Amino acid sequence: MLKHIMSLMLVVMLMMTMSWAQEEAVSDSVPQAVPISPPTNVRAFDTPYDNGHSITLEWDLSADDPDGKGRVLSYRILRSDMPDGPFVDRGVAIPAGEHKHNDKGVKESDNENYFPKGKDFYYKVVAVSADGESESAIVGPVHSAGQFFNRGLSAVAIACLIFTVLTIYFIRKARRGAELYIRPLAGIDAVDEAIGRATEMGKPILYIMGLGTAADIATIASFTILGRVAKKVAEYQTSLIVPCYDPIVMTVAQETVKTGYYDAGRPDAYNEDDVFFLTNQQFAYVSGVNGIMVRQKPATNFYLGKFYAESLIMAETGNSINSIQIAGTDEVTQIPFFVVACDYTLIGEELYAASAYLGREPVLLGTLKAQDWAKACVLICIILGVLGAIAHQTWFTDLFKVIVSE
Amino acid sequence: MKREIPLLIVFIGGLFMAIQFFVPDSRSEWVYEFVMDWTIIIGIFALALGIWSFVRVSVNKINRRQENWQYSIISLIGLFGMILFGSSVMGWLGAESVGLESFMFRQVFNNIIIPLHATTFSLLAFFMASAAFRAFRAHSLLATVLLFAALIVMLRFNPYLGPVGNLIGDAASWILNVPNMAAKRAIVIGIGLGMVATALKVILGIERGYMGSD
Repeated sequence: MLKHIMSLMLVVMLMMTMSWAQEEAVSDSVPQAVPISPPTNVRAFDTPYDNGHSITLEWDLSADDPDGKGRVLSYRILRSDMPDGPFVDRGVAIPAGEHKHNDKGVKESDNENYFPKGKDFYYKVVAVSADGESESAIVGPVHSAGQFFNRGLSAVAIACLIFTVLTIYFIRKARRGAELYIRPLAGIDAVDEAIGRATEMGKPILYIMGLGTAADIATIASFTILGRVAKKVAEYQTSLIVPCYDPIVMTVAQETVKTGYYDAGRPDAYNEDDVFFLTNQQFAYVSGVNGIMVRQKPATNFYLGKFYAESLIMAETGNSINSIQIAGTDEVTQIPFFVVACDYTLIGEELYAASAYLGREPVLLGTLKAQDWAKACVLICIILGVLGAIAHQTWFTDLFKVIVSE
Repeated sequence: MKREIPLLIVFIGGLFMAIQFFVPDSRSEWVYEFVMDWTIIIGIFALALGIWSFVRVSVNKINRRQENWQYSIISLIGLFGMILFGSSVMGWLGAESVGLESFMFRQVFNNIIIPLHATTFSLLAFFMASAAFRAFRAHSLLATVLLFAALIVMLRFNPYLGPVGNLIGDAASWILNVPNMAAKRAIVIGIGLGMVATALKVILGIERGYMGSD
């Protein structure tokens, strides 16, 4: 009996040993984690059309990163100024599936992110996965350099040149005495009438130049119109109020109004306090202007310049006191508000044209004619672009592609 | 010479800034930033002129007892009060913090200035309603078209329209993306050309309105 039991135990032990051996064999047959493939064909080159403080890297995706759906989680960029390192991580994690990176720094040498111009660098791109990392071959040396012409803006440069030539041509033509027809602008035709009305009613004229600075084209256009309005106001012997939002605008506006009074032969009528600084807080300015409107009830309000959310608040207040209102702005979002609340609105470019229209000087009218021709050119280009797109010919629209340096 | 020198400065400055736009090199950027820094410095000096103008106009109004001269007193108290609260004088008077962190400065800013700004801004909602009421009166064919277009665009966010809502949403998207966008772009192209033309006039010295007398 004991012999049988011993034999049985021996068989059981033998079977258990075989089982363990089999398990070990099975576990030995599970494949170890295979390292991922590195990114290949890494290219490093100076970023085109930039200020000279960046290098662009491109690479072919790791074989384990088919469109970002494989084992690769992200890519890292390593950089060194020596071919054999040490390589420093640039601190970016480029998502899997992407194969381009702009290694960009700043031009200030005291900044920690300074990127020296003209210095040789070596790069490696590292594919990162859950099982480990895999580095590409070293690429370099490569150095950055600034460009002196942004070829990505060639279309803009050519368009500006053509427009400049057109403008100069029409100015010369106007100087030679050619008759240039300019379509009437209702808003500008109404200026004299509005000033006359204020004179008859014995009420002042309010001229608002908006929230723009003296560097804004809309404000510059507004200065010219203000000069013409001031001259008329001086001739009609009525009063003008110009509350300003920007101190520099105030200084220029004072000079412009003073000149208008001088030109009208009424320098004595000019009062420096008529053109004053109110505040440079948007809604405080609105409150101030609305207060002037409600208290002094001007017969005519001009809103010419750059306007934002305050446009409707002011225009509706002016409407409520029955003033004649003439507005003009190049802020597209504010134009509908002025159209609704004002009697006359100069839409977009009409604001710039107003000064030429008011002065009727041939040279200024020449620039308007150039604008009209330029618009005709743009219209033709749009039609050609649409026809090209219909015919699946994109080469024409590609001519107008613009690359803005970052 | 009184006019020639400013015109020459405008010509050189304007030409440089136009060329600078096409030159991405960091040296060009440096000059641009240098010029912009000077603009800020000039702006700060001009602010002193602005404050002086404001004070002079307010004091004259008070002296001459012009209509509503009392408001000028409040304006001057506001101006000098905020300067006082924001200055280090408060520190000499025993305040724990000065400048923008001054207790009084923050109290006035948070509890008076911000609510006043918010109140003025909120008026816009009421003015929009009154302006819309006037604009959407169907007194002509074009005004009627505008009314219908506005109705469709406004109704697109109405959640109670059910399946009709989708149709209105599509119609509103078409209005915004096709006729509205076309008109907007036409205006923007015109503005762009007008800007370049005005800049050219200024650079070439044709437009001199900003300089005063001819």
